[in-house]
Amino acid sequence: MPWRLLRFGLSKSHPEPRMFTAHDKLKPSYDVVIIGGGGHGLASAYYLGRDHGITNVAVLEKGYIGGGNTGRNTTIIRSNYLTPEGVKFYDKSVDLWKDLSEEFDLNLFYSTRGHFTLAHTDSAMRTMRWRAEVNKHYGISSEVVGPEEVKRQAPQIDLSCGGHAPIMGALYHAPGAVARHDAVAWGYGRGADQRGAEIHQQTAVTGIEVKGGKVVGVHTTKGFISTNKVICAVAGFTPRITDMVGIKTPIFVHPLQAMVSEPMKPWLDTILVSGSLHIYVSQSARGELVMGASLDPYEVQSTRSTLDFPEGLAAHLLDMFPFLSHAKVVRQWAGMADMTPDFAPIMGKTAIEGFYLDSGWGTWGFKATPVCGKTMAWTVANDTPHELITGFSLDRFRNYSLTGEKGAASVGH
Amino acid sequence: MKLMTCPINGSRPVSEFVYWGEIRPMPDAATCSDDEWADYVFNRNGAPGVKKEWWCHTPSNTWFIAERDTEKDKVLRTYLHGEDE
Repeated sequence: MPWRLLRFGLSKSHPEPRMFTAHDKLKPSYDVVIIGGGGHGLASAYYLGRDHGITNVAVLEKGYIGGGNTGRNTTIIRSNYLTPEGVKFYDKSVDLWKDLSEEFDLNLFYSTRGHFTLAHTDSAMRTMRWRAEVNKHYGISSEVVGPEEVKRQAPQIDLSCGGHAPIMGALYHAPGAVARHDAVAWGYGRGADQRGAEIHQQTAVTGIEVKGGKVVGVHTTKGFISTNKVICAVAGFTPRITDMVGIKTPIFVHPLQAMVSEPMKPWLDTILVSGSLHIYVSQSARGELVMGASLDPYEVQSTRSTLDFPEGLAAHLLDMFPFLSHAKVVRQWAGMADMTPDFAPIMGKTAIEGFYLDSGWGTWGFKATPVCGKTMAWTVANDTPHELITGFSLDRFRNYSLTGEKGAASVGH
Repeated sequence: MKLMTCPINGSRPVSEFVYWGEIRPMPDAATCSDDEWADYVFNRNGAPGVKKEWWCHTPSNTWFIAERDTEKDKVLRTYLHGEDE
């Protein structure tokens, strides 16, 4: 490696291949068009090529790849959800995550840290026991622990949380992990590109052509392309795309904000989450504390940040870790979360033939990236919903059969 | 600090208000079909635009209507129900 680096440094032409092929023009037609070059869209393109041999695929990205919610989340990966549908689905995702670095030949910095969901009330403890039992039933490592275990793994914590929200216990999920989120988009993008899919950045979709209830093509800022299959994987932009084909959904968009502190020496090994204090925090490989809170309280379809957010979050963080009073915040940002009424995603086929949704990913989409790509690719290749996503169809609302996923992040319950 | 104008109390910090969603006409529960009712209960207009929304100034419990651009997060005007429609 040092020789390679030295050669690279001394070379005049810098002979390092680009991660992706840059395509000048769109082809007149594709077998599958994927709207959205985030983790989910690129993973779908990757598995379409790898598992199903479908390589005449275009991924259309309005901005740059991984620039949306893939690069705006707090990178937490876990599977300790509450519904059987959710638990099975996210557990499959954690399985896939573990092999990705090797599969991509790209270091995702996948780091298993252990994940505590803190309980400050009796009712929260009851929910934790419930979640632990559902998780254990499906073979997932998940248990209720006392405050002493929290203190053992995070010795700096004030267990009384400033005296007004004492920690009574926690749900501990040992496989909880963090990963470098940009690398996930790059890894899937490069893999899809190598298998023949085309990634078109700076290409926005302006309309979708539907004839006789079937998709026939997509209008873009770089011209019209004909296709019979479209996957919509655009998170907070979903309502704008579904409006193009006249599909109504329960999706509503609220910003979800996050921030990081200045880098510091490693002191926090584990991931800590508190629903009552509206906080989740972990320390990144760079030493920054990565922190998030709850959804913004009202609808906004943009990625603006507010001052209220770091003020509120900092106050709660100081309840847990008073010694951080001199730590500085260096960045904050927002993503558009496409929320659903039951906190479960909306995936699979729709009333329009050839229009597939991968949406409703609200505050819980990053950890699902691999399994979404795999199941969406299967669903599109077979034109039948994959068994892991049958509980997530859009029809469930019309039939009043909701999935009720209360294990979701950033949601008070 | 973001401000919002309550039609009764004037300009106040936005943290004093709660958002209650876009105003939507409710179908007659006794006569509408199950599909119409499900559409009313679940479906939302999630695309950006200028929307008429219910808001409440919580310290005084004043319910009113705000016309707001949901992409720019800009409140265009606020008024009490029935005063301007």
